Amino acid sequence: MTAKEIIAKRFTKEKFHRFLFGTREKEGAGKQIVVYALLICIGFIYLYPILYMISTSLMNREDLLDTSIRWIPSTLYLSNYVDAAKSMDFFASLGKGILIAGLPTLCNVLICMVVGYGFASFQFKGKNILMGLLIFSYILPSQVTMIPTYVLYNNTKILGTLWAFILPALFGNGLNAPIFILIFYQFFKQVPKVLIEAAKIDGAGYFKSFVRIAVPSAAPAILTVFLFSFVWYWNESYLTELYVRGLTTHSDWTNLVIQLKNFTANYTETRTTTGDMATDLNETIRLAATMLSVLPLMIMYFFLQKQFVESIDRTGITGE
Amino acid sequence: MSKEKKTKNPKVKIGKLEKKDALAGYAFITPWLIGVLAFMLYPLAQSFYYMWFNIRITPLETKFIYVGTGNFSQIWLENPEFPQQIVTYLWQTILEVPIIVVFALLIAMMLNGKIRCKGFFRLVFFLPVIIVSGPVMNMLVDEGAATIPAMNVQAIVTALDSFLPASLATNIGELFSSMIMILWYSGVQILIFLSALQKIDSSLYEAAKIDGGSKWECFWKITLPTIKPMILLNAVYSVIFLSGNEQNSLITMIQAAMFSGTKEKGYGYASAMAWMYAVIITLVVLLFFLLLGSKKDIYDKQVKRRKRQVKKEARLAKKIERRGIRNVKKLERARKKRNYKTYDGEGDYR
Repeated sequence: MTAKEIIAKRFTKEKFHRFLFGTREKEGAGKQIVVYALLICIGFIYLYPILYMISTSLMNREDLLDTSIRWIPSTLYLSNYVDAAKSMDFFASLGKGILIAGLPTLCNVLICMVVGYGFASFQFKGKNILMGLLIFSYILPSQVTMIPTYVLYNNTKILGTLWAFILPALFGNGLNAPIFILIFYQFFKQVPKVLIEAAKIDGAGYFKSFVRIAVPSAAPAILTVFLFSFVWYWNESYLTELYVRGLTTHSDWTNLVIQLKNFTANYTETRTTTGDMATDLNETIRLAATMLSVLPLMIMYFFLQKQFVESIDRTGITGE
Repeated sequence: MSKEKKTKNPKVKIGKLEKKDALAGYAFITPWLIGVLAFMLYPLAQSFYYMWFNIRITPLETKFIYVGTGNFSQIWLENPEFPQQIVTYLWQTILEVPIIVVFALLIAMMLNGKIRCKGFFRLVFFLPVIIVSGPVMNMLVDEGAATIPAMNVQAIVTALDSFLPASLATNIGELFSSMIMILWYSGVQILIFLSALQKIDSSLYEAAKIDGGSKWECFWKITLPTIKPMILLNAVYSVIFLSGNEQNSLITMIQAAMFSGTKEKGYGYASAMAWMYAVIITLVVLLFFLLLGSKKDIYDKQVKRRKRQVKKEARLAKKIERRGIRNVKKLERARKKRNYKTYDGEGDYR
């Protein structure tokens, strides 16, 4: 046999086909490559706005105008961030933002847990109707109830204070509360009834068996609800601006997202008061401000990534 | 046994323990009940009341002037903005939701295979959920960071214009120009699909493989039916998310109408708008329920049909039997009465 024949025998067309497209048992390399390529491409598209934001926000004005510079700025130019932080009042807004998102979240977690437990482990008349009401309250857009609620808050003088967020959360009607109640409902249904019955036999009341047995077992669900509630409250600008800040009254409460929304006006204002030119607002500074407003949550995500990504798995929304 | 079946609701007195249990259940959900009454049903009723009025706020008092359907006729007939926005909203929702759901399913399927760096990819695809908020999105869209860089949107729109109606073409163009944003909205959906896919029993696939099913067939006959409820869930979630999102210009319009100082607009006008918006959202959600709702799958249908057939046959057999008995009796009676004769086969009547 000549070398040619050996090669021809070893690398047949069939083998090549098998290598590319795989057999029934094994996936082919070609398919794998396609999957990876697709994933990487889509991943890049996903990250593109963020990468663009980071790179542009680090450019100075010369870099921005220079067409030869697309991605990597010539120098590390941080003064955009300094300017943006100054006009956003970064640290004060950050602290207030944490309060605005944190306190209602705590109430949300507590109350949704109690209500979810009530739905999951007791049988009572009208339960189905109430569950229907729960889902209905999720579908109903907040705009319908917004106007009377605004009037109510205005009359009770809690408009422009944090109570406008805490109070609904305390009564199980916080932001996206129906989802959280359903998460807890789903979770507590999986807690074995035997445990609670055993506690009952040992003399625990309803509340005690809830606190001692159901709550400790619900740690994953609590974590999930806490994280999602925090993120959603943090990113909610429409209702925060209306209730907590007060669209016309402008109380001191604000968070980074709202600061970003009113960035142009704020920036011009701080610039004119400090005596600088008001016209040098360009996209690098705007993107630096955007970056600053998402930065705290990105850092949080970086540390708690596992909790976020596995959260949905653990709540059992998708059923066992 | 049969007696139990017949009385569907046996009138048994609820025991003391059960009563206590029910009371405890009510006690646990009381906070939410109060909240629903105070922060949902009451405001809902109130805004229903508001929408028939023109409300003017003066420093001294709030004036309610009854205008009947005036607000509606104004919104639909005199102000072209609202109907236009509604049409855009409907187009966008109906186009975007399927894209989000299909995209999320695709990504979830890819991640579900044997992939290295699965954690990293999940991280990337979930990142937008953390940072999506109205102002951030607006800023990114304004700065042109939301279009896929290599895509020439203008060319696509002109190409579409040539064979589609104008309204559809512009909407699809819009879709392409904010493609990344739409993809960004599918973070939660991807995770929901992924966790649903991981819970499908792998023995189903093995059985299908032994029977000679290809991957394609497995997808259509095993994967898709199993995760169908999740598809509905994701579609509804997407609809709600898109409607409450600040990118949606309808909700900013409602807010603007609420605080506009003009005579015609105000709380009443905004309430009417919000109510119509809510009705439209509900209709869209219903539409998706109808499209994706849990119809019984083919197997269930077949079983039901077969059962029905068996029952029918049994009924028929009984009928025939009864008729047979009746006929025999009739014959006997007739024979007795009139001395009915039958032919015995030998040329003689008995």
